[in-house]
Amino acid sequence: MIEVESLTKQYGAVRAVNQISFRVDKGEILGFLGPNGAGKTTTMRILTGFLPATSGTARVGGYDVFEKSLEVRKRIGYLPENPPIYPEMSVAGYLDAVARLKQVPAERRKGRVDSAMEMARITDKRKELIKRLSRGYKQRVGLAQALVHDPEVIILDEPTVGLDPKQIIEVRHLIKSLAGNHTIILSTHILPEVSMTCDRVVIINQGRIVANMPVDEAAQGRGGEVVMVEIKPGTGGAQGVRALLERTTGVRKVKLETPDGTGRIQARVECEPGRDLRSRIAADLVGQGHELYELRAARVSLEDIFLQVTTQEQPGTAAAEPGAAGGQA
Amino acid sequence: MKGVYAVFRKEMSLYFVSPIAYVAVGAFLFLAGMFFQGILAEATEYSMRAAMQSMQFGTPFQIDVPGEVMRGFFGVTGTLLLFIIPMLTMGTYAEERRRGTMELLMTSPITDVEIVLGKYLGALALFLIMLLPTALQMVILFRSSDPVPPWRLLVCGYVGIIMLGGSLLAIGQFLSSLTESQIVAGILTFLAFLLLWVMDFVVRGGAGSVTAEVGQYLSILRHLNDFIRGVVDSSNLIYYASLIILGLFLTMRSLDSMRWRRA
Repeated sequence: MIEVESLTKQYGAVRAVNQISFRVDKGEILGFLGPNGAGKTTTMRILTGFLPATSGTARVGGYDVFEKSLEVRKRIGYLPENPPIYPEMSVAGYLDAVARLKQVPAERRKGRVDSAMEMARITDKRKELIKRLSRGYKQRVGLAQALVHDPEVIILDEPTVGLDPKQIIEVRHLIKSLAGNHTIILSTHILPEVSMTCDRVVIINQGRIVANMPVDEAAQGRGGEVVMVEIKPGTGGAQGVRALLERTTGVRKVKLETPDGTGRIQARVECEPGRDLRSRIAADLVGQGHELYELRAARVSLEDIFLQVTTQEQPGTAAAEPGAAGGQA
Repeated sequence: MKGVYAVFRKEMSLYFVSPIAYVAVGAFLFLAGMFFQGILAEATEYSMRAAMQSMQFGTPFQIDVPGEVMRGFFGVTGTLLLFIIPMLTMGTYAEERRRGTMELLMTSPITDVEIVLGKYLGALALFLIMLLPTALQMVILFRSSDPVPPWRLLVCGYVGIIMLGGSLLAIGQFLSSLTESQIVAGILTFLAFLLLWVMDFVVRGGAGSVTAEVGQYLSILRHLNDFIRGVVDSSNLIYYASLIILGLFLTMRSLDSMRWRRA
């Protein structure tokens, strides 16, 4: 339904979105996860036809977002981070105005406004002025606005920001109930939101996609295996251990820690996805004369991935990229 | 063009719930009424004095009171518009940008041209509604004049006022698209109008010189004078029409640059 290919957006010297590619299938909910300023909003604005991309292509329902912008816009319901509301209007009056802007034919307009209010559960507030509503209700009016023309694709930019916990649960519930008939992209910087509502997660940081996987796989740790090892190094010391582990095929990254006193090292060995290297590592270590105390498989949760990519402990990797901040609110 | 109507309707429904529109229209009608009354009183007083003089000295007396009143009234109305129209246009785009509703308009399946035209026609409609009650004063003037004053004067006067108002609205809306603050937009618009008003005074350079003529041509109220005298001169029509087209064109460019520039 949505195909994004090496999309790049440059603001002056700042590259807010850098060569990102992903696709979303019909009926899927894609979670767009990343810290503030990662480029989420910019990507969404390109998809909705609000901003043109610097290079790369994006297609929604087969239509290029730049070439066939109006066709794309007909098919997209978009809730920006701040709901685009006219506070002086009544809820029903506002939704009617939006339905007209979205070119909903006259004979279907009233029905669409009613069902959008129904879905967002604001029917009882239909006559109220939007400015008199609470933050949570305003957000729901914003959601109703995104649904009023029954779009195939719904794009929600941080739909739960500023809501209280009860409202957050309601909004998530609503989003889940929309899946199937609609293809949804929602952005967030709150991790549990993704595991609770989405089918697939794309983690974006500093304008780049750093992970893209189904949420259930991410939850099972299939995003990459980690083996935790505790060793008392023999000849070669800690450096010998590191060198040995790094030589092993299928190992991506090794991190050593030395707790006080015991003379043992704890190693965190990241492996390529789908490879179980435990027996191999054990055999190698013991074979080299290191004393193995513990070896266990740890799972990479979504949280690990998220923290890993978004808190830059190692300087020189992604932090070297100029222009950390991209599309802000 | 369905998009134009959708934007137009949205604009109108917002005008009718916005205090600024009511205040501006109210202020205009109040001031226009006061001026009308003042001009009428002065013209009648003057004509009475003239009548008395003509009786005393036996000279023939000819003062066209309704004509004087209309000329005076349209002239004052033109000046009033320079002050009122910034209030009508300052929020047009600035307020939408501040609230983030510009994003709603610009991601709706309508073109930028439709947005610009819808908003312009909305403001024009409000302007005509604002002008409508002044027709009542004209009705009173026509009913109490004998003989009935020439219609030409009335029609030309209104055409001139509408052309002037239309130009000011187009310029004001363009300036509103440049900023997110409607106060800034209002001040900019007012400054621009003042400049256009006093153009013939600012750009002088000796009587009859080219620069003086340019200044006079650019001066926005000068072009109203012919209309008020009952003359429709194509150069005046072209002047106002070019201002309207220029304003709308610049607004479209401004919307376009909003897409490229805004983070």
